[in-house]
Amino acid sequence: MRAGQPAVSGQKWGQIRRNWGLYLLLLPAVVLSLLFAYKPMYGVLIAFKDYSPALGIGGSPWAGFKYFDKFFHSYQFSTTIKNTLIISVYSLVTFPIPILLALMVNQMRGNRFKRFFQTVSYMPHFISTVVMVGLMLILLSPSSGLLGSVYRLFGAEAPDLMGSSGWFSSLYVWSDVWQHVGWDSIIYIAALSAVDPSLYEAATVDGASRWHKVRYIDIPMLMPTAITLLILRVGGLLGVGFEKVYLMQNDLNITSSEILSTYVYKIGLLSSQYSFSSAINLFNTVINFILLILVNQISKKFSENSLW
Amino acid sequence: MEVLLYIFAVLFLIILIYPLYFIIIASFSDPSSVANGQVWFYPKGFTLDGYTELLKHKNIWVGYRNTILYTIVGTAIGLAVNIAAAYALSRKDLVGRKFLSLFFIFTMFFSGGLIPTFLTVRDFHMYDTFLVMVLPFSVIVYDIIVARTFFQTSIPGDLWEAAQIDGCGNLRYFFQVVLPLSKAIIAVLGLWIAVGYWNSYFNALIYLKNPNLYPLQLILRNILITNQMQSGMGTGEAAQIALRLASMMKYSVIIVATVPILCVYPFIQKYFNQGVMIGAVKE
Repeated sequence: MRAGQPAVSGQKWGQIRRNWGLYLLLLPAVVLSLLFAYKPMYGVLIAFKDYSPALGIGGSPWAGFKYFDKFFHSYQFSTTIKNTLIISVYSLVTFPIPILLALMVNQMRGNRFKRFFQTVSYMPHFISTVVMVGLMLILLSPSSGLLGSVYRLFGAEAPDLMGSSGWFSSLYVWSDVWQHVGWDSIIYIAALSAVDPSLYEAATVDGASRWHKVRYIDIPMLMPTAITLLILRVGGLLGVGFEKVYLMQNDLNITSSEILSTYVYKIGLLSSQYSFSSAINLFNTVINFILLILVNQISKKFSENSLW
Repeated sequence: MEVLLYIFAVLFLIILIYPLYFIIIASFSDPSSVANGQVWFYPKGFTLDGYTELLKHKNIWVGYRNTILYTIVGTAIGLAVNIAAAYALSRKDLVGRKFLSLFFIFTMFFSGGLIPTFLTVRDFHMYDTFLVMVLPFSVIVYDIIVARTFFQTSIPGDLWEAAQIDGCGNLRYFFQVVLPLSKAIIAVLGLWIAVGYWNSYFNALIYLKNPNLYPLQLILRNILITNQMQSGMGTGEAAQIALRLASMMKYSVIIVATVPILCVYPFIQKYFNQGVMIGAVKE
């Protein structure tokens, strides 16, 4: 299209026809999204219905907010929300750690050490969640694990961390930091590598110390990236991952490890209460969505950073 | 100041590496030495029993085979679907580009949830099939965004205009010009997707019931976390031996499941970093 031409619909059609190949390339992704992402969205209706498999989604009778009511009044309501919030807010507190690591890597001079450091720090990221939780169980075992051995070295008895509800959130959050801190720092290292070297030179001429440069050049440079990632994190505040929590759960820590997503799984798939489970799930999604919009709005107002 | 930085860095490395190193030496050690806290820096009571026991465990090999199949087929499908979509979305002359982008991005923030998705998969008769492990969730919007940015920034628009003048259509242009120029992004996404498939267990947990279809991770879970191997072992000496082998196997199974990924990784690290950096400038 030449610039300055008004978009006439006939022209648009011509362009669509000419570019039919592009639509063909898009087709598989569009079809898969429609079938497996959008069709289930219609299925959310069962949260408002007394779903019966024989009648299907359309044919099942309406139940209104019955299942939401049931959840709000169940004894699991406050426990699951509280546990979910504790774990996610706790994770949010660890948000600056990858930034600190990136600032540190940026200060390293020896190129070989720097590269070695980075290679090693990404490594745990590639361990699967199952293996990660398996590792924790093995290493933290008070009888046969590394933790038990360390305690015995000092003649003491190791506590059973994996089997205690008080330790659950700390284990969850810090094992995550251990596994992903190196990987999460890449994005900040990339942002730092984009700093114009003449800025540092100018700062040196003005007599800035190393610390000054970090404080007044590096950190401001990282803010936009950090805020964007922070918005995304807050938007998922109630969406703590099912996988790891479910694997770490046991009868001994269940009082602090039952979160919304594990509860949805148990109610829905293990005890087949489809409508009830969908209602809890929808409640979760809606809160996340509201949080995302809210945080995005706040950030737009105060820092001119936003997702849309 | 400088010294402090390096001391801290080395401490950090030790915290990251030691647990992994410990698993390796423990897998070659006599389990009672491990339990008694005699294994710290090198294997004690060297033995390969854990690994030989692993070889006899049929489920692990079934899982291994399945995981390799899922990873290969899933990665091929994922690459085809996401790269093609990303390229189309990168073209400024695509009518409806904004709407189509939103169509995908919306699914990142809103979904039907576990049960409606489960019911959908079942309605399509995909429950407990090979297909459910490689097809339904192969659209990865984040990857599409990263690849789209790559195409926008590294394939010059003039190239398409020139090709068009020569009478080249979109499809031929995509396959014969764009793809050969995009090896970096194909490598990055391919490896991201492959690692994802290699490590995933959630879909298998939800959508599979036939043990012959179980991927490695699900079998690992049974061995490492739910301790299913120790059931029905009887009592006395036989049980003691079985218990010993079970605890040895826990170490060796971690090695066997993780080493393939960790081995590939250093060779492709360069591409991985590139990919994350492309993702970083997407805004």
